[in-house]
Order: sequence, then structure tokens, then C-alpha cells
Amino acid sequence: MSAIKTPKEQITYANLLFYGSWGALALMLVTFLIYVFGVLTPHVPMEQITSLWSHPVSEYLEKANVPHGWGWVALIGQGDFLNFIGVVVLAGMTIVCYLTLIPAFLKEKQTIFAVIAVLEVLVLTLAASGIVGGGGH
Amino acid sequence: MNWKSNSVRLGVLAALACVLLLAVAAWASSDAGSTAAAAEAATQVATNGSKLPWWAWPIILLFFCFILGIIAVLAGVGGGVLYVPLVSGFFPFHLDFVRGAGLMVALAGALAAGPGLLRRNLASLRLALPVALIASACAIVGAFMGLALPTNVVQLCLGATIMFIAMLLLFSKNVVRPVVTKQDAIGLALGMNGAYRDESTGETIEWKTHRTLPGLLLFIVIGIMAGMFGLGAGWANVPVLNILMGAPLKVAVGTSKFLLSITDTSAAWVYMNKGCVLPLMAIPSIVGLMMGSFVGVRLLAKAKPKFIRYMVIGVLLFAGGKALLKGLGI
Repeated sequence: MSAIKTPKEQITYANLLFYGSWGALALMLVTFLIYVFGVLTPHVPMEQITSLWSHPVSEYLEKANVPHGWGWVALIGQGDFLNFIGVVVLAGMTIVCYLTLIPAFLKEKQTIFAVIAVLEVLVLTLAASGIVGGGGH
Repeated sequence: MNWKSNSVRLGVLAALACVLLLAVAAWASSDAGSTAAAAEAATQVATNGSKLPWWAWPIILLFFCFILGIIAVLAGVGGGVLYVPLVSGFFPFHLDFVRGAGLMVALAGALAAGPGLLRRNLASLRLALPVALIASACAIVGAFMGLALPTNVVQLCLGATIMFIAMLLLFSKNVVRPVVTKQDAIGLALGMNGAYRDESTGETIEWKTHRTLPGLLLFIVIGIMAGMFGLGAGWANVPVLNILMGAPLKVAVGTSKFLLSITDTSAAWVYMNKGCVLPLMAIPSIVGLMMGSFVGVRLLAKAKPKFIRYMVIGVLLFAGGKALLKGLGI
């Protein structure tokens, strides 16, 4: 019985995902504590959030003067938007991991998989960019 | 004898957890109800949306999701599939924010589980890659559909979907090792085959897929539903990979979990860009569910009482019914 070999690119993907996602979760926890303990003042006061979270998102964006898309980057110094750093790292890990797959598949001359990986990066980047369907509904 | 008493003890604990879960949900629901009444009475006044102070909600969510995480692992379902119907049905949050948080919950769980599954060959990158491309592209479409449709329509569709999932859990019979006599051309071209070591028997199991095209086409529907409702789609991924495409159950479960990390990423970005991710509710939910999952996995190693699965099916039917009624405005 031959030993089972895990493809090299699969191991690289797993290692990157491990450090990235746990790092992002730790970051989220730290920034959340900064937020709830009021170390940094939030853009939307806590009382206002609890009055708006039962309404549609469009109403929340309008009444709390919250930007959509990547507009939050300008508010990174506020307690609530600081949390988005960890969220973005978490949601961005798959794109980073896929980027490592492309040269690995090309080196192995697995063109189909390299093309699939490129297409996936494009799909995820498009979703992340906020270009499609930008704006509140 | 000892094993049996452990099982019974765990079963009682899980039953208590379910009761506790519903009690918290009912309590949150009563606060939400009084909130709605208060809002109607004073529409022009910017009131606090709840009788509770703001800091109570993250604590309630953390506790609720901790129990949810334990139950989800014991019942063998993903956290998102329980989170979205229960939180949208019983908490005062609008469905837009619940779906945003639900996707983040499912995404965090999938990303944390992914590395271990990939290293042990229980998730296959080559099986996941083509499937993920279809599902993630369609999840974006689903997310936009979900955010564009009126809330009551989405709530109605969510209720029907949750009830369908409960039925699927009740009646679907997954196969541990499906027999695949001949791999089809697409599966062969995409290299959808592999081997893993079964830890319980020490056996090396080689596998390959068949019926690849209908399988890939079904992932269009799965992607749309995942994006539209903010649910992780493990409940749909596993039967398609296992029963239809012929992947062994362990590979189907592992690949499905890994797949969620890609499908949910695309939908999560859409919800995030639309402002649907509120840290005050999303982060305690993620942390609570992950802590609950850790405890659940430890309990799972000791015993797996079958009736927990039936109890979760009951909870899903209840939550689905509540979503349907909410969608109908009842």
C-alpha cells in the first residue's frame, strides 16, 4: 500500500489559510474589545445601532451616515470601523490563498486548474471591489 | 454500560441546551415584540430599539451562539443554517444584518476547519476548485437577488428553504462509500479523484467521481441559495458531492466545509459592501459559535446521540415555520 501524498499546493494553501484565518479571528477579538470598551469612539453610537438594526440596511446607512463599499476605510480610526480590518483579512484570505495556486499549477503544467484559479481570483476580487451593484438598495 | 450512561448524560445535556436555546430565543423575541409596539406608538421619536441596554445584546448573542455551536456540531449541521432562521425569527435584527452576520459565521467556521481538512486529504482541492468557481460566482448573483427582493419575500423563501432542509436531513440517506464503476470524461479531465486514509480502519480509500456535469449544474442553484439567504450550504453540498457525484462521505463532508470558505467569501463581500455586517452583532456571534463548536467536537468524540439530530430537525421546522409566518406578516 503506497503512502498517500497530499499535493504540495494543497499543503501551502492549508498553511497560509491556518495562519491567516486564526490571525484574523484574533485581530477581530482585539478590535472588538477596543470597540465595546470605548477605547476609540465609534462613528455610530451604540444606542443608535440598537435602534436601527431592526430596520433595512438602506435606512441604517442613511440615518447613521454610514458609507457603503470601501468608504469605511476613511473611518478606520473609529471604534466600530476598526473591526473591519479583521473582517477584511478573514474575507480576503481565500483570494490570497488562491494567488499561491496559480504559479504552482502553471509549474506543474496543469493549465486547466491555473485558469480556474485565475477565474476564481477575478470573481472574488469583483465581489470584494464593490463595483458590481454598488450602493445601498 | 459506561458508554451508554455517557450517551444518556450527553443526550440530556443536549436536550437542555436545545430548551435553553429556544428559551433565549423566545426571551429575545419578546423584547423584539415590545420594541415593535413601542416603535409604533412613537414613530417620530428616535427611541432606543430595545428595552435592554446595548451591551446586553453582544452577551446574549455570545451565549446563544455558544449553545448553537455545540448543538450544530452534535447534529452534524453547519452553524449558518441554524443561525439565520433562529436569529431572524426571534431576535430584533433585520434580515439584512442577520444574513450578513450568518455568512461571516459560516465563513469563519469554514476557514478555521479548512487547513486541517486539506492537510489530511479529507478535503480535495481538485474536487473543490471547479465546483467553487460555479458556486461562488452564483452566490454573488444570489446575494444581489436577496438584497433586491422585498424582505417579506426573502423571509417566505427562507422559511420554505429551512423546512426543505429539515426534510432533507430527515430523509436523505448518505452513502459512506458510493460505488463508482467508471469515471466520466469531465471528472477525469478535471482530475476529480484522490485517496485518503480512514483513521478508524487504517485503510487507504481511493475514490473518483461520476455524473460530474449534473453535479456542477446543481452548484448553480446551491450558490444562489447560499448568497440569497446567507446560509452556509453544507446541507446541499454534501448530498450532491456524495450521493450524486459519488465522493466518499468523509471526502464529501470535508470538501463541502472547505467549499463554504470560498462560496461564502464571495457572498460575504457583497453583504459587507452593502453595509450589512454590524460588528456589534457579527463578532460575538462568530466567537460564540466557534467556542461552542470546540466544546461540541469534544462532546462528539464521546458519543453521538441520534435523537439530537431529530431535535435539530424539530428546531429547524419550528424556525422555518416562524420565518414563513413572519414573511406572511402574521
